[in-house]
Amino acid sequence: MTLPHRDAPWVFRTYSGHTSARASNELYRANLAKGQTGLSVAFDLPTQTGYDSDHALARGEVGKVGVPICHIEDMQALFESIPLGRMNTSMTINATAAWLLSLYVATAERQGVDPRQLSGTTQNDIIKEYLSRGTYAFPPEPSMRLISDMIAYSVDAMPKWNPINICSYHLQEAGATTVQEIAYAMANAIAVLDAVRARPDVPASALSRVVGRISFFLNAGIRFVEEMCKCRAMAELWDEITRDRYGVADARERRFRYGVQVNSLGLTESQPENNIIRIVLEALGVTLSRNARCRALQLPAWNEALGLPRRWDQQWSLRIQQILAYETDLLEYADLFDGSPVVAERVTELKRAAREELERVLAMGGAVAAVENAYMKRRLVESQTARLRAIEHGEIQVVGLNCFTESEPSALTEGAHSILRVDEFAERDQIERLRAFRAKRGEADVQAALQGLRDAIANGANVMPASIRAAHAGVTTGEWAGVFRTLYGEYRAPTGVAVSAAPAADHTLAELRKTVKQLGDQLGRPPKILVGKPGLDGHSNGAEQIAVRARDVGMEVVYEGIRLTPEEIVQSARDEGVHVIGLSILSGSHGVLVMDVLEGLRRAGLERVPVVVGGIIPDDDAAKLAEAGVKRVYTPKDFDLNRIFGEIASLVSEAAAA
Amino acid sequence: MNLLDDRRPGRREAALGLLATLERAAAAQTNAGAARIGITGAPGAGKSTLLDALVRRLRARGQTVGIVAVDPSSRVSGGALLGDRARVRSGARDRGVFFRSMAARERLGGLADATWPSMAVLSAVFDVVFVETVGVGQSEAEVTELVDTLLFVAQPGAGDVLQFMKAGILEHPDVFAVNKADVGAAAERTAGELAAGLSLGAQADADWRPPVLLVSARDGRGIDELADALAAHRAHLVASGELAERRRRARTAYVSDTLERRYGSFGVERIGGREALRARADAGHGAGFETALAIGREIEAALGKPA
Ligand code: B12
Ligand SMILES: Nc1nc2c(ncn2[C@@H]2O[C@H](COP(=O)(O)OP(=O)(O)OP(=O)(O)O)[C@@H](O)[C@H]2O)c(=O)[nH]1
Ligand SMILES: [Mg+2]
Repeated sequence: MTLPHRDAPWVFRTYSGHTSARASNELYRANLAKGQTGLSVAFDLPTQTGYDSDHALARGEVGKVGVPICHIEDMQALFESIPLGRMNTSMTINATAAWLLSLYVATAERQGVDPRQLSGTTQNDIIKEYLSRGTYAFPPEPSMRLISDMIAYSVDAMPKWNPINICSYHLQEAGATTVQEIAYAMANAIAVLDAVRARPDVPASALSRVVGRISFFLNAGIRFVEEMCKCRAMAELWDEITRDRYGVADARERRFRYGVQVNSLGLTESQPENNIIRIVLEALGVTLSRNARCRALQLPAWNEALGLPRRWDQQWSLRIQQILAYETDLLEYADLFDGSPVVAERVTELKRAAREELERVLAMGGAVAAVENAYMKRRLVESQTARLRAIEHGEIQVVGLNCFTESEPSALTEGAHSILRVDEFAERDQIERLRAFRAKRGEADVQAALQGLRDAIANGANVMPASIRAAHAGVTTGEWAGVFRTLYGEYRAPTGVAVSAAPAADHTLAELRKTVKQLGDQLGRPPKILVGKPGLDGHSNGAEQIAVRARDVGMEVVYEGIRLTPEEIVQSARDEGVHVIGLSILSGSHGVLVMDVLEGLRRAGLERVPVVVGGIIPDDDAAKLAEAGVKRVYTPKDFDLNRIFGEIASLVSEAAAA
Repeated sequence: MNLLDDRRPGRREAALGLLATLERAAAAQTNAGAARIGITGAPGAGKSTLLDALVRRLRARGQTVGIVAVDPSSRVSGGALLGDRARVRSGARDRGVFFRSMAARERLGGLADATWPSMAVLSAVFDVVFVETVGVGQSEAEVTELVDTLLFVAQPGAGDVLQFMKAGILEHPDVFAVNKADVGAAAERTAGELAAGLSLGAQADADWRPPVLLVSARDGRGIDELADALAAHRAHLVASGELAERRRRARTAYVSDTLERRYGSFGVERIGGREALRARADAGHGAGFETALAIGREIEAALGKPA
C-alpha cells in the first residue's frame, strides 16, 4: 500500500561535541546548515561524572570525547544563536542529568524561551551506566531518586521533553544478545516507572502521561533482519507492559518511541572503509518497518575504531540518512512486514525469550537488585566472552578482520591523520575560563543556592527547582555533584568478571596453559597480572575480556574495575606483587595516564615490571608509548586473545630472566 | 611478600629463614602482636564489603590494618580471579592499610600456602590482620586454626542456618555478623535463627558466648558494635590466657600441615609419623617457622637429600 503522503523522516542527528562550548557551538551550527535536523550533545567525561575541569580526576580528559560544561556561561556559549524553542536537543547525560537539564532550562530562560516549549531528551538512564557505560557517580538509590525527580518535574513543567531515554543501545555494545537487550531494557523501564508511581507527588491520573513521555534508545547491529524484528518485538512488549502493569488506557501513550545509534562494537579497525557498508545496512534495520521505525537516528562514522571522527567523516554518515530518507522510496509505503509469517514468528520468539529473562530479573527484585547482585552484568560479560570467542574461532565472520583479510592499502587511511585530534590547549583554556567565572560570580548567591539544594534533598523535595536556581546563581558542575557525593559517597558497580566455567580448551588454549604453567615454575608461583583502567574512561569490555582470558590461560588476575587513579594502580601493583601490568584505555587519554603510571612505577621501584597497553591507540602514539617503556600496544585489530597472552607470557619470562 | 609465595626450593628455604628471624624478633616483644581475625561466610555474603566498612572504622580509631584475601583457583586452568580487592576500597591511597590477594591454588580448604607466613609478617607491622576466605564447610575449620578470632558473615535468607548447623560450622566462629541488615525483616529472622541455633550447640570456648550482630556494610549500621565485639573477644583471649593457646594451636597446624604437604606421609614417617610431628610442632615456639625449618632439615637428612 502506498501512502497518500510521503512520511516525514525521522530526526537526523550526529553525536558530537569536543574541545570547548564555543568550538562545539560552531560545529553544531555547521551541522544544522548541512541539513541535520536535531542536535545530539556529547559531553566530556568530567562533565558526565560531575567534576569541574580543574579537578585532579579531569586531568587529560577535558574537552576530549565531548564538550566540557562547568557552568551556565558554558551552556549559553554552547547554544549561542541556536534558538532553543525551535531546537530538538538530545543530551547524552546521566549521573548529572538533573544538573545539565537545569543548565539547559536556565539557558532557555535567559534566551527568553518558556521551558514548556523545550523539546528534546536527557538520556538520564543510570542502570545502563552501572551495566555498561560507566559514567555513574552516586549509588543506585539516590541516582534513581534523581531520575524520578526529573520525570515528576518535567511531566508538567516541560511537557514536550523526554526526561529519560531507556537505553538498550549500550547493552548491545557491552555484548548483550538480542534477548538480553530487550529484557534488560524492559526491566530498567519497569524500575523507573515503579519508582515514579510510588511517589506521593505523582497522582495516579498523571501516570499515563508519564508513560507517554518515556522513550527508548536502541542499538541496531549487522544482523539487520533480526534487529528489525527486535524493534517490533519491543513495541509490542511495551504496549503490553504499559497496559497490564500500569493500566494505561490510551493507546497513544503506550506507543513505543525510540531513537537509535547503530552498532559501533562491530565496526573494525581493519579495512575501516567496510564500516560504511555496515552502517548503511544497520540503518535499514531500524527504518524499514514503518510500524517500528525510529524517531531519531544517529550514525557513527567509518573511522569509529580508529579514533574520533572529523567533520567530513560525520558528514558522510549524515548523507547516508539523507539519501535513505529523500532519495529512496522508503517513506512512501505502509508497513512492509505486517502479515509476514516469517517476521511474526521471529517477533513472537524474541518476545517469549525476553519475557522469560525479564521475569527472572523481576523475581530477584527488579533491575536495581540485578545491578547490585551483578546478575545482569555477569550475563553481559559472558555474552561478550562468547562473542569474542566466536570471532576468534571464525564462527562469526567479520570481513576484513578474521576473513578476507587480504587488502590493498586503504585509500582512506593513507597518508595524513584520519581522525580528529583535540587541541592540546583545550584543557588549559577551559580551566582558565572556569577560574575567571568563579572569580566574578556572586559567592553568597552560590552558597545560598547550594544550601537550597541540600535543604531540598533533606526535605525530600524535588531537586529540580533548586538545581535550576543553582544554575542561575553560578554553581559549577563539580559543586552540584559534590553535594550528592558528600551525602551519598562514591559508588563502584560490580565488575561482572566472575568465575564462569572455563571454556572447553581448544588446541591453542591447551598449549598456552602449558606455557603459562612452565612460566609459573620459573617464577616460583603462577604469573600474576594486574589489569588496570586508569582515568575516567568507562570502556570496560576490553579489560573484562582480558581479565577473563588471563584466568583461563592460568594466570592469577587482579582487576578492580573502572576509574582508578594512576597512584591506585601503582599501589595495587606493589601490594599484590604482580608480574605484569596491563592497562586498558579507549578514551584517548592514554598519553597522560600511561606516563603517570610509568612514572609512579619508577618511583615505587617497580620499573622492571613490564607494562602493556591496549585500546584505541593511534600508531604514532603507540610509538611514543613504546619509547617511554611500554612493552606492547594492542588495538582492536588484535582480536586473537591467545596470541596476546602468548606474547605476555614471553614478556614476563624475559623480565624474570633479566 | 613475593618471597613468601615463591615455591622454588631455594626461595622457600630463604623465606623460612627470614621468617624465623622475624619470629625471634617478635618473641622479644612483650605484647601479643597484632590481632588476627579470620572472616568467612558463603560467597556473596558481603565479607569484602563488610571488611571495607570495618577497616574504615578501625582506621578512624587509629589502628593500622593488614589484609590477606584468598580466592579459589580454577581446577581446569589453574588461574584465578582475585576479586576481593575491588570491594575493599578503603585501603586505596592509605599507607595504613595493606591488601594482598592470594589464590588458593591446589588447596581446597579456602587458604593458600602463603597465608600463614603472610599473616605472620603482617602481624609484625600492623595492629590488626584480617584474612578473608570464602567458604561454607571445611574452610572454617582450617582458618579457625590460624586466627585468634573467627568472624562469620551470614546473609539474610532462610535455610542457610539449618545447613550451617548440620555442617558443624557454628562451632568455630567467635563472632557472628548477619550482614545486609538494611534489607529488613529477613535479616532479623536470620539473626534470630542463628542465636537459637547457637544456644543449642556446644562452643569450643566455654567462657565466651559468641555474639550475633545485625550489621549493614551498606548503611554502616552495627559496624561500631562489630568492631567492639572483635576487640572484646581479643580482650577475653588475653585475659583468659586463651590467646597463647590459640597461637600454639596455629603453630601446630601450620608446622604439621606444611611439612605433610611438602614431604608426604613417607617423609613424615622418617621422624616417627604424624603424631610425633604434631607433638614436636606443639612443643615448638613462636609462629613455628624455626620449628618447621628444623624438622624439615631432619626429614631431608633422613630422606638422604642434602640439607
Ligand atoms: C563499545 C564501545 C562503547 C560502549 C562501552 C561498553 C563497555 N562497557 O565497554 C559504550 C556504548 C558504553 C561506549 C560509550 C562511550 N564511548 Co565508546 N566505543 C565503543 C567501541 C564501539 C568498541 C570498544 C569495545 O568495547 N570493543 C571490544 C573490545 C573487546 O575491544 P577493545 O577494548 O578494543 O580491546 C581489544 C584491544 O584493544 C586489546 N585491549 C584492550 N585493552 C587491553 C588491555 C590489555 C591489558 C591488553 C593486553 C589488550 C587490550 O585487546 C582487546 C581484544 O582485541 C569503540 C569503537 C571501536 N569500534 O573500537 C568506541 C570508542 C572507544 N568510544 C568512544 C567514546 C568517545 C565514547 C564515549 C566517551 C562518548 C561520550 N562522549 O560519552 C562514551 C562514554 C564511555 C565512558 N564512560 O568512558 C571513542 C573514543 C575516542 C578516542 N579514543 O578518541 C571510540 C573510539 C568511538 C569513536 N571513534 O568515537 N562506547
Ligand atoms: N543490601 C546490602 N548488600 C550488601 C551489603 N554488603 C554487601 N552487599 C552486596 O553483596 C554482594 C557481595 O558482596 P561482597 O562483599 O563481594 O561479598 P563476599 O562475601 O566478599 O563475596 P565473595 O568474596 O565473592 O565470596 C555485593 O553485591 C554487595 O554490594 C549490605 O550490607 N547490604
Ligand atoms: Mg569477597
